[in-house]
Amino acid sequence: MGNEEMNQKTKHMLQAPNVNSHQKAAVAKGVKAIGKKKDEEEGLDTAEGEEWMQGKTLVKPPDQLDLTEAELNEEITRVLKASNPNAPQNVVRYSFKEGCYKPIVFVDQMAIHFELEGNLVHKESDEGRRLMAKQAEVDDGGGVERPDNVAIKAAKREQKLTNQFNFNERASQTLNNTPRDISCQTEPPPRANFSATANQWEIYDFYVEELQRREKSKEKHEGQFLNKEEDKSKKKMIQAETQNDDISQLAKVVKIIERMVNQNIFDDVAQDFMYFEDASDEFRGEKGTLLPLWTFQYDKAKSLSVTALCWNHKYNDLFAVGLGSHEFTQQGGGMLLFYTLKNPSYPEFIFNTASGVMCLDIHEHLSYLVAVGLYDGCVAVYNLKKKTDQPIYNSRASSGKHTSAVMQVKWQKDDLDSNHNFISVSADGRLVSWTLVKHELVFTEIIKLPVIDTIPDDLKDVIPTVGTSLDFHKQKDYSFLVGTEHGKIHKGSKYYSSKFLEKYDAHFMNVTRVKWNPFHPDVFISCGWDWMVKIWDQTMKSPVFTFELKTSVTDVAWAPYSSTVFAAVTTDGKVHVFDLNINKYEALCQQKVVSKKTKLFNIEFNPVHPIIIVGDDRGHVTSLKLSPNLRKKPKEKKGQDLPKGPEVEIAKMEQLLSSMR
Amino acid sequence: MTAEVEETIKRIQSQKGVQGIIIVNAEGIPIKSTLDNSSTVQYAGNVHQLLMKARGMVRDIDPQNDLTFLRVRSKKNEIMIAPGKEMYAFLFRIQKPKQM
Repeated sequence: MGNEEMNQKTKHMLQAPNVNSHQKAAVAKGVKAIGKKKDEEEGLDTAEGEEWMQGKTLVKPPDQLDLTEAELNEEITRVLKASNPNAPQNVVRYSFKEGCYKPIVFVDQMAIHFELEGNLVHKESDEGRRLMAKQAEVDDGGGVERPDNVAIKAAKREQKLTNQFNFNERASQTLNNTPRDISCQTEPPPRANFSATANQWEIYDFYVEELQRREKSKEKHEGQFLNKEEDKSKKKMIQAETQNDDISQLAKVVKIIERMVNQNIFDDVAQDFMYFEDASDEFRGEKGTLLPLWTFQYDKAKSLSVTALCWNHKYNDLFAVGLGSHEFTQQGGGMLLFYTLKNPSYPEFIFNTASGVMCLDIHEHLSYLVAVGLYDGCVAVYNLKKKTDQPIYNSRASSGKHTSAVMQVKWQKDDLDSNHNFISVSADGRLVSWTLVKHELVFTEIIKLPVIDTIPDDLKDVIPTVGTSLDFHKQKDYSFLVGTEHGKIHKGSKYYSSKFLEKYDAHFMNVTRVKWNPFHPDVFISCGWDWMVKIWDQTMKSPVFTFELKTSVTDVAWAPYSSTVFAAVTTDGKVHVFDLNINKYEALCQQKVVSKKTKLFNIEFNPVHPIIIVGDDRGHVTSLKLSPNLRKKPKEKKGQDLPKGPEVEIAKMEQLLSSMR
Repeated sequence: MTAEVEETIKRIQSQKGVQGIIIVNAEGIPIKSTLDNSSTVQYAGNVHQLLMKARGMVRDIDPQNDLTFLRVRSKKNEIMIAPGKEMYAFLFRIQKPKQM
């Protein structure tokens, strides 16, 4: 406070000259303040310090100069100059004019304390102008008058310059509309999960269906030219078909099950059928046996007797059984049954007939056509494909029907108009050919059996010769044989309608069966109630072989695999099997296959399997397997046995020679 | 169902050893059965899968081939399955299968 204090301070400052140089650069106004600050900075107890810290001793720094009071009171004048203390005071420059060094008096006194390079460019300068031009270019995209733009912009900017002191900012707030969200949601497309496997067989199935559909559409397309009604009926058919398909499939499926069940039940029989070969045949020499396999019976056929048997050529396990009665007095209804070996417990097809079935034949090629001859003289043709119980053709109404029982029917080859036809022989002595023309049977009489001489002339027309058996030659199918009640066999030809070619005195009683040999063209066999079985050569009047079996022979059949094997059944329930190649005089097998008092009426060989079926008078059909001995084929020949039996011919020739001697 | 089919089923049922027969449609739902409900459902469900597998196998190897019959033999009994196109039937018997 006061100058005195100031003086004291300056004294103190003399002692610290470094501090003073800083002081010179300061502004005049702030000297006092700075000075005060300096005091405080030094940390000395100054007069100010004494003001509030009275009573304290002075603290001197150790390196402070000790001065006397007089020296301390000395006034030293300091002059503040605005000159840079760091500036050189004695700058000398060489002067070329005078050729000597000359001192420069005026030295730049400016001291720069702080320097910072800035990037501001004055807008009037060249660079500034250039930059602004560039900016204008960018903004306008190629403005033509660039300097003008620059000027306008500059002017605008000038307008916008706000006054620092008189600046008013006014803001207003607009009303903001309430934000609204409008969204649109679409309904997602309906989705369905689809999964499937694409196996090879699924692809195949699909293609097959596709093909069928295309075919159907083609048919429909073609059919559209016809009546519309037909289309409707077709549509109905298709609907019905789909329903039927279910049922038919079910039927099929159930059928399979039934067969399998049967196979299980008759498992041992099935195994025997397939595989069993009687090994004991080796020890029996020539003899053979018959192994009983299945027995086929039907409940409703108990009272009927088997009258006819026939194997189906196409399906080797299917056979037809005709049921009726042989007795004249016991005539009732009849049945036609079809059994298969695969299902022994129930017949596949059942047809009821008005009267007893006497004979039947299955067409060789069209195995669904069955011709049946009935006791009342009718002939009927059944179609197995159709589900109906009724025959598709029936001769009931036609005029040419037989007046008496039809004993044998045989299918013939299709005639010139490719109509099917068959021939029947009946007890009224006529051979009639029936042709299936559209929906009816047209009959053509072929020949009438000659009446025997014992009947007086006036009764010749009345009492016919009962024809009991008929067979057509395998190769020359115009040639046929007819057996009669009187024991005669007539050979005829379809081309000769008035007369028979040949007559053989075969048996003393009824000829029950006549059959051509399947291999040899000249040989046929016959059997009758006179206990005889005879083998003939058609060129000779007397039989080549004669066998006597102890009872009436009801049926005889050649084996399909050998020309010398045949089998016969008798009324005592025995089956006799012969092989002429092995034994010319005796049967290889004589076996009783049914129970007592059962008569056997029919026998048939299966075309493929080594089994035979026999029908008896109880309505049962028994199947038997032939043991190996009975099926022997000659060892030397390989394939020559089939068309003919050359060694048979040789044997026969030998026999003939021996008999002639 | 036609009478013929019904009759066949009856015949099968009457054979000795047959315990039951079940007819199942394409989805595996039994439509006819001679057994009680719970067993039927159980059998039908299990057999259906097996049948699909077996059929797939056969057809995979040769697409023109198709499964005709499937037989499953166990110690106590035997199940026989016959598949059709839309439906299939199977039966099972309790008779001890013969030792082959």
